[in-house]
Amino acid sequence: MIKSILPLRAVELGYIANARTLLDGISLTINRGTFTVVLGPNGAGKSLLLRLLHGMLEPSTGTISWANGSSADRRRRQAMVFQRPVHLRRSVEANIVFALGALGIPRKDRSGLVQLALERAGLTAARRVHARLLSVGEQQRLSVARALAAEPDILFLDEPTASLDPVSVHRIETLLIEANARGTAIVLVTHDVSQARRVGQKIVFLHDGRINGQGPAPSFLDNPNSDVARAYLAGKIIV
Amino acid sequence: MVREFREKPYMHDLNAAILLAAQLIYTGDADLLEIIGLSIGVSLTAVLASCVIGMLLGAAIAVLKFRGRGAVTILLNSLMGLPPVVVGLGVYLLLSRAGPLGVFGLLYTPTAMIIAQTILVMPIVAALTRQVVEDFYAEYDEQLRSLGVRGRRLVTTLLWDARYSLITVALAGFGRAIAEVGAVMIVGGNIDHLTRVMTTAIALETSKGNLALALALGIILVGVSLLVNGAVASLGRRFGRSRYD
Repeated sequence: MIKSILPLRAVELGYIANARTLLDGISLTINRGTFTVVLGPNGAGKSLLLRLLHGMLEPSTGTISWANGSSADRRRRQAMVFQRPVHLRRSVEANIVFALGALGIPRKDRSGLVQLALERAGLTAARRVHARLLSVGEQQRLSVARALAAEPDILFLDEPTASLDPVSVHRIETLLIEANARGTAIVLVTHDVSQARRVGQKIVFLHDGRINGQGPAPSFLDNPNSDVARAYLAGKIIV
Repeated sequence: MVREFREKPYMHDLNAAILLAAQLIYTGDADLLEIIGLSIGVSLTAVLASCVIGMLLGAAIAVLKFRGRGAVTILLNSLMGLPPVVVGLGVYLLLSRAGPLGVFGLLYTPTAMIIAQTILVMPIVAALTRQVVEDFYAEYDEQLRSLGVRGRRLVTTLLWDARYSLITVALAGFGRAIAEVGAVMIVGGNIDHLTRVMTTAIALETSKGNLALALALGIILVGVSLLVNGAVASLGRRFGRSRYD
């Protein structure tokens, strides 16, 4: 067992596409076992930042560094949940088995991890159901279960509850809080202020591709240290 | 008078053909069964070979980023319309005694027919597979990259998940192979009891003026095609295709 790949350090990240600067001067650190909420309006660059941190895109400027591990370790010890759940055309169980296989988890360890993941997500009864027959809420829960099955050091989530009803949202938030308590660092992108209040320990407020303000969740949300963040949190439309 | 002369024999032929077809099937005519067996055997083998090569090739083109990918795609799509007689001629030149593969003595054998049909069907399977797999890849791309799925695992995952669409691709290939006459005629030679298949038999009987027998064979050919498609469709239902998409 190698040491945690965290902390993750991003220094002066920038991303330019088609001569447009989409992210600029982003510096942040993600420590072990933390719960960070990236908040901001649409088009602020939240999803893009997540993809850079997860290694799906290369930043145009700046660096991302991890504390430990080879590049293969880093791939294995981080996971991401996307806004729209994408599952393979096979059973609930087979989807998790596939993910564990792709991450290089030894065959003998897989069934135990699958069982645990299904139990935690409340999907044990649906294990043999075809994944695409689940409701959207259950599908997203399966996405989270699949991402957490290998007990990653860090989990990125890109607005995972954007189109879900309150019960489904609650179940997913519970899964995230439990995983966080077991030591997985969570980075959650959302534009839902009340969700940030419910789960976040630290808030990073993104606006126009830059970090506009950040701080510990309760104090930042009650008393944001930037005008744009204050307007956003007050429910005003930012243009 | 003229009209009567044209119509009557035709109607007569059609009735006679249906009667003859029923008779041939009912009595289990040995020659007919041999021809049907060879037709299906040659075409199924060609489709199988085409699927192995074409699906891997199509999937590889769908997921790989390389220079000239657009040109390869256009080429593959154009090859779907290869004229069978041209393929037949090409394979004939390759396999004839003086040709580069002449030493194997394959001309006028079922193997030659399989080779020709594989060349005809493979581009269809590859081009359609590329399209199907590309659509799946667009949907799965981020999730699979996040899981670190690459290379061979990526191709096999996409092919397996697209399996129900790919059955339709294989059927399109089978349709092309079983209905094709130009290539098998040239490289098979339509030799009785050796390389005679349904399409070449129909061509021969028509040219001999045995319109009833030709029509009877045609009806059976269409029937065989329906049977194969029906069998695949019911297999798909049994394994729950409708539940899977």
